[in-house]
Amino acid sequence: MNDNVVLDVNRVGFSYGHHRVLHDVSFSLRAGEFGALVGPNGSGKSTLLRLLMGLLRPQAGSITILGTEPRALRDRWRIGYVPQRPALTGDLPATVEEVVRVGRLARRGWWRFANASDRDAVDHALEAVRLADLRHRLVAELSGGQQQRVMIAKALAGEPELLVLDEPIAGVDREAQQQFRDSVVHLVAHHGASVLLVSHELGAVADDLDRVIVLRGGVVFDGAPDDLTAQGVHLGIHQDDLPRWLEDLEPSNGDDH
Amino acid sequence: MWPFELEFMQRALVAGLAIGIAAPLVGTFLVQRNMALFGDGIGHAAFAGVGAGLLLDVWPVWSALVVAACGAVVVEWLRSHGRATSDLALALVFYSGLAAGSVMIGKSGSSQIGGDRYLFGSILTASWSDVRTVVALAAAIIVTVAIAGRALFAVVLDEESARVNGLPVDRLNLVLAALTAVTVVAAIDVVGTLLIAALMVLPVASSRLIARSFRATLVGAALVGALSVTSGLTVARRFDLAPGGTIVLCASAVFLVAIATRGVRLPPAAAEHTHEH
Ligand SMILES: Nc1ncnc2c1ncn2[C@@H]1O[C@H](COP(=O)(O)OP(=O)(O)O)[C@@H](O)[C@H]1O
Ligand SMILES: [Mg+2]
Repeated sequence: MNDNVVLDVNRVGFSYGHHRVLHDVSFSLRAGEFGALVGPNGSGKSTLLRLLMGLLRPQAGSITILGTEPRALRDRWRIGYVPQRPALTGDLPATVEEVVRVGRLARRGWWRFANASDRDAVDHALEAVRLADLRHRLVAELSGGQQQRVMIAKALAGEPELLVLDEPIAGVDREAQQQFRDSVVHLVAHHGASVLLVSHELGAVADDLDRVIVLRGGVVFDGAPDDLTAQGVHLGIHQDDLPRWLEDLEPSNGDDH
Repeated sequence: MWPFELEFMQRALVAGLAIGIAAPLVGTFLVQRNMALFGDGIGHAAFAGVGAGLLLDVWPVWSALVVAACGAVVVEWLRSHGRATSDLALALVFYSGLAAGSVMIGKSGSSQIGGDRYLFGSILTASWSDVRTVVALAAAIIVTVAIAGRALFAVVLDEESARVNGLPVDRLNLVLAALTAVTVVAAIDVVGTLLIAALMVLPVASSRLIARSFRATLVGAALVGALSVTSGLTVARRFDLAPGGTIVLCASAVFLVAIATRGVRLPPAAAEHTHEH
């Protein structure tokens, strides 16, 4: 396998009981690539990410992440994961900065106290998502979009080699989407990280993507955004071709045996 | 009148402050995990441990520590494996702990007073050597929270993310369970096994109303705990009241004052808690 491949999904299948969600899914992502995984609701995007994180086990096929099987990965800080709708306990009396600092713990060793480089990484992450001014505010008092950015900053603070985000811009206003885009592009450009973004609309990041992978049971498209455009699907911020195209796709749940 | 002139009151104050500071530190993490009753359950288990100690003629602090720690590990295991709802698991520990304790203390021939002493504390009769034990256990709790607190906070914040991040979540949950058991045992002489949970939870409830960060919540809870102990002992001495109960009533009073001045912070919309699936 090529050393540059940070993520390799090979013929993965997964069902919840009798409900088959993923069938024969294959794709890979190289170092420094910014990929988007799109698909309609219920197409198994979050399930696939949970497989990548080792929270679920594939029932068929295999996954290699940063050179190893997900559950065997030792230095887990090398992956940053922002789950869909992060479970922020509403009454947690914690500041933005306290939450973002957590993202640094696994990397330095949880029993160690923060040093200068940890503090720099936290500052950097806060600036990347433009929350530096709100660092001492209680997370519970922020808007939904700001809370999402807190969780992204938490993942950024660990300076991961692979950042995986599950619908971080769903229901977030245009300006917040733009700020999100800037921070992810910064991570790719300045830290050489790879990013896998799950979404059902690409809006603000459309122009920055290297790859688009469309999921619907299996992978129904995998290529450059331009190739998708060539099929008449525009991804730009003012376009909603993608959601409509996803609706129109024939189901390919692999019920073809 | 200065209430701490006599040596027995000074001993009570030293032991009380040690627990008053340590218990809310542990309680802050329990409250944030919706495990406020956990300390109570472990308290009841510890009472059974005291009974076993009296029956077997070993130092009750040791037997209480062993039984409380085992109870904490069992309840934590049941919780994390979803084998029983925490409610049922705790009810089992509550009632069988209390029942086993009273049966064993009765059998051991200690008087009923002997039982009460462990249920509600006996701070005024503590010796300096008892006080040293309490202070040593409290110091161990404070040091552990100082070291593991940031990781425990990560687990409280989002257990699944902490796991994905590579933090040893299961071990940290055990650390929290062990801290709870040690707190309960350290507090037996001060407020007793029935009231210790109040000292873990009430100061946190007050602190959360006012604090503007997690660290401030921890520090504030410890301050409220220390304040409750000091005022409780003062009032108990002045009016000749049971000290353990008076300390807890003072913690309740602080909470009521905090609510009255701050207003109740309403819980956020239920929708924010619902999970994605
Ligand atoms: N824990 C679960 N148990 C059973 N079914 C699930 C579970 N999680 C998701 N599903 C189902 O699997 C399908 C894919 O879900 P998901 O991976 O969340 O899709 P997406 O993120 O693309 O919206 C949906 O039909 C959903 O109802
Ligand atoms: Mg999803």
